[in-house]
Amino acid sequence: MRIRSGVVVAALALALAASGCSGGGDDPETPASAAPAGGKLVIWGDDKRAAALKPFAEKFGQENGVTVEVQAISKDQQTTFVTASQQGSGPDVMVGAHDWIGNLVQNGAIDPVQLTAEQQQSLAPNAVKAVTFNGQIYGVPYATENLALIRNTKLAPAAPATIEDLVAQAKKLKADKKASELLCLQVGQNGDAYHAYPLFSSAGGYLFGTTAGGDYDKNDLGIAKPESIAAFKKIQALGEKGAGALKRSITVENSIATFTAGKCAYLVSGPWAITDAKKAKIAYDISPVPGFAGAKPAQPFLGVQSFYVAAKGKNKALAQEFVTNYVTTPELAVALYQAEPRPPVLTAAYDQVKGTDPDLAKFVEAGRNAVPLPAIPEMATVWDPFGKAESAVIGGADPKTALTAAAKTISGQISQ
Amino acid sequence: MTALLERETAPAEAPEPSGRGGLAGPLLKVALLGTVAGLAVWAAFPLIAERAWPGLAVLLVATAGLFYLYVGPRHIPAKYLIPGTLFLIVFQLFPVAYTAATAFTNFSDGHRGDKQEAVVAIQTASVTRVPGSAEYALTVATTGDPATGALTFLVTDPASKVVSAGTPDGLKALPAGDVTVNAAGRVTAAAGYTLLNGGQASARSQEITDLAVPTPGGAIRSQGLSRAYEGKAGRAYDGGCDCIRDTTSGRTWTADERAGAFVAADGERLAQGWRVGVGLSNFTRLVTDSAVSGPFARTLVWNLIFALASTGGTFALGLGCALALHSPRVRGRALYRTLLVLPYAMPSFAMLLVWRDMFNTDFGLINNLFGLDVDWFGGAASARIAVILVQLWLGYPYMFLVATGALQAIPAELSEASRIDGASPWQSLRRVTLPLLLVALTPLLISSFAFNFNNFNAIYLTTDGAPFPADNPANGATDLLITYTYRLAFGGSGAQYGFAAAVSIFIFVIVAVISTVSFRRTRRQEEVYS
Repeated sequence: MRIRSGVVVAALALALAASGCSGGGDDPETPASAAPAGGKLVIWGDDKRAAALKPFAEKFGQENGVTVEVQAISKDQQTTFVTASQQGSGPDVMVGAHDWIGNLVQNGAIDPVQLTAEQQQSLAPNAVKAVTFNGQIYGVPYATENLALIRNTKLAPAAPATIEDLVAQAKKLKADKKASELLCLQVGQNGDAYHAYPLFSSAGGYLFGTTAGGDYDKNDLGIAKPESIAAFKKIQALGEKGAGALKRSITVENSIATFTAGKCAYLVSGPWAITDAKKAKIAYDISPVPGFAGAKPAQPFLGVQSFYVAAKGKNKALAQEFVTNYVTTPELAVALYQAEPRPPVLTAAYDQVKGTDPDLAKFVEAGRNAVPLPAIPEMATVWDPFGKAESAVIGGADPKTALTAAAKTISGQISQ
Repeated sequence: MTALLERETAPAEAPEPSGRGGLAGPLLKVALLGTVAGLAVWAAFPLIAERAWPGLAVLLVATAGLFYLYVGPRHIPAKYLIPGTLFLIVFQLFPVAYTAATAFTNFSDGHRGDKQEAVVAIQTASVTRVPGSAEYALTVATTGDPATGALTFLVTDPASKVVSAGTPDGLKALPAGDVTVNAAGRVTAAAGYTLLNGGQASARSQEITDLAVPTPGGAIRSQGLSRAYEGKAGRAYDGGCDCIRDTTSGRTWTADERAGAFVAADGERLAQGWRVGVGLSNFTRLVTDSAVSGPFARTLVWNLIFALASTGGTFALGLGCALALHSPRVRGRALYRTLLVLPYAMPSFAMLLVWRDMFNTDFGLINNLFGLDVDWFGGAASARIAVILVQLWLGYPYMFLVATGALQAIPAELSEASRIDGASPWQSLRRVTLPLLLVALTPLLISSFAFNFNNFNAIYLTTDGAPFPADNPANGATDLLITYTYRLAFGGSGAQYGFAAAVSIFIFVIVAVISTVSFRRTRRQEEVYS
C-alpha cells in the first residue's frame, strides 16, 4: 500500500512536470527542433538609446525576416557586456562609448568591422580616428560629445578669449553681487580628470605620448613630467588659494544646478547640460573652453558613441550587416539625435539637423581641437589618481608632490 | 505521523472523499516534486548542450535522491533537514567556495576566458583588409537545400562586374549569362544556385562568418550579409612552438602558462590573455606589495575605530531614547517612537547621498545653517567625524527598536525591587537593567559590528575615502579596508577578480576572528547572568 501510494505520487509529480514542459512550447528547452526560420538579433544599449533604436531595429527585422530584440542596460554597461559575453549570454550588437575599446579588445569581446572607403568618408574624420585601435576600426561611430563653455548671456554677453578674461569678468560680476561663483567647473572632493583636461592641455600638460602609428603610448606617461607640473601650477593659481575659480565644493551634482540657478555666469559642461539650461529658461550661448593667455588652445576630450559587433554573439553575420550597412544610414542617426541631442557623426545626418539646432554647430566648433579620449586599457588607471592630484592641487597641495604620487600609482597599476 | 498520512492516502484516491488532510498532503507533495522534476528537466537541456556530464550526473543524483526521500515514508529527520541544507549549499557554501577558488587564479580583465578563446580573439583582431583589394557585393547562396546545403559566396567585383562563386576550394568566375545583378551589384538570381534570404542566411550565421574563400592574397570573408572583403590574418597561432607568429614581421609571442599570456622575448605581452591558476601569488601580493601593505595597518586601525564608534554610538543613542520613552509617565510615546524610527524607514542609499551634499563646504546645509566654513571632507579629522555622524543618524533607530523590545521583556519587579533596596535609578540601570539587556543584545551588537566593519556604502557614497594625502592617491583618511581594496582591485587597471577574492578572504578572516572571540565572551557572560 505504502509503496503503491509512493509510486502514484511520483508518477503524478512527473506527469505534472511533463505537462509544465509541454505547456511552454517555445521555452528555451526546444530550440533545436522548433527554431524560427530567421534567427534572432539582440542589441544592448542604455535606456535612451534603446528606446530610439527600437522602431529601426524592428524595421530591420522585418526587412530581413528575423526577430530583433533591443534591451536596455541601465547601469555598468561595459562590465555587464564583458561578463555576459564571456558567459555566452551577451548581445550581438552593443552600443557604447569609444573609450571602452581597449578593454573590450583585451577581453576578446568585440570584432573589428570593415567599412568601405565610401562609408569612412561619410563619417566625421575625428570620430573615425577615435574608434581606430591598433590600426583597426572597431566600431561604427554615430555621435560625438565634448566639453564647451556655456555662458549666461544675461550676465556675460561676450565669450571670453582666455581663462584670464573669464576670471576677470566673473570677479566683476561677483563684486557687483550678480553671481556668487566665478566658474562652474566640476571638481569635487576627489577631482574630475575629464573636466580638468581642457585647462591641463592648454597649459601644456599631457597624459600619454603617442607612438609612431598615432596611438597613445602606455610607456610614455606624461603626468609627472615638468610640462605637466608647470600646467598644474597654472591650475593651482585658479584654485582655492588663488583666484578661487576652481573649487572642490563644485561637484558633478551641483555644477549645472548652480549655473541654471543663475549663481555663476560660466559653466564648463557638455551637451547633456543644455536640457537643464533650457528647462530653467536661461539665456545661454556656447563657445570653446578658453585656454590660458599666450598658451596652447584648450583641448577637451572627444567622446564618441559607437555600435560594436560582439565577438561572442550568436548571430555575427546579421550583427555585421546591421552595424556596417544599416547604422550608417541618415534616418537612424537623426532618430538617435532626437533621443539625445548630440552631434551626429554621419555628415549627411549632421547637415540635416544642424539647421534646426544652432547649439550643435557650436558644440562641434568647441570640439574642433578635441582629442579622442584614450581608448587604451591603461587609461582606466589614470582617471582616479589624476583626479585626486587635481583636487589636492586646487586645495593648495604642492603640484610636484601630488603629480609624482599620482604617476607612481598609475605606473604601478599599469605594470600590474 | 507521515506513515499515518501515507496510509490515508490510498483511500483518498478511491472515490470516497473521506480524509481531507489526507488528500491535501499528497497533493502538495505532488506539486512540489513536480516542480523539482520540472526544474531538473529545465536545467538538464543546457547541461546536455554544453556536454557538462559531471553536472548532469549531479543533477540526476540530486533529483533522484529528492524523489527517494520524499516519496518513501522513511528518513523523517532528513525530510526536514534537506531543504535547508540544499539552500545553504547553493546560497552560502557555493559562493564562498567559488570566491576561494577564484582567489587562486588570475581572473581579471584580459584574463577572463580560456586559451582557445584568447587565440581566436588575437587572430580575429589581426585580420585586415588587403591593401588595394576590391570591396565585393555579396549574396549568400547554396547549391542544395537553403537550410543545410553547402554555402557559396556569390561576389561581384565592383569594377569589372564579374560575378564569381566562392567556396572553401576557391573562387570561380560564373558566365555572365547565368546571373542577374541589380544596380547595387548584388546577385538577384543565378542558374544552379538557391539564394538565401535574410532569415535563412541569419539562421546559418555561424557558417557564414566562418567561411573563408582562399585567394592568392588572403581570403574573402563576409562583412554582414551583403558585403565581402579580401582580408589577411596578420597573426596566427603556431601549435609547434605554442606561440603566436606575426605573418609579416615574423615576430613571435610564446605562451606563458603561468602568467596566462603570450609573451615576446623582450617581455611585451599580447593584451588578450587567458585564465590560469596562479597559486598563492594574489595573497603574497597583498602582503609584499608596499602600495597595498604600506597603508594597511593605518586603515585597519581606522576601520576598527569606525566600526566600534558606529556600533557603540548608535547603541548608546538608541538605548538612551528607548530608556527615555520606556517610562509610562511620558505622554504620546507612540508618536515619539514612530518619529524616532523614521530614519530607519528611509532608504539608506539615498540618505547617504543627501548627507554627502549636506556636508558640502559652500553649498551644504550644515555649513549654511550654522554659519560655518568647515571643509568637512577636506580634513582627516572632520571627514572622520562626519562619516561617523552620518552612521549615528542612520543606525540609532535600529538600536532604539531592539532596545525598546528588550526593555519591555525585563520584568518591572526587578527594578522595583532594587528601588526598594535603596538603589538610585543610575545604580538600578547599571547593575540590573543593563546586564539583563546585554544578554539579549550582545549578539546583535556583534553582528552590527561585523556589518559596520564592512560598511562599503557608508564610505563609498559619502567621502569615497577622501581626503587623500597629496602623496598617496590610493588610500584616503576615511577609507575602510573594503573601500580601499575595492579601489585596488577595480579602480585601476580594470577588474581584478582574483585579487579581489583574495582580499575578501583576508577581510573575512579578520571579521571571523573578532566575531568568534566576542561570541565566546558573550557565552561566558550569559552563564553568569542566567
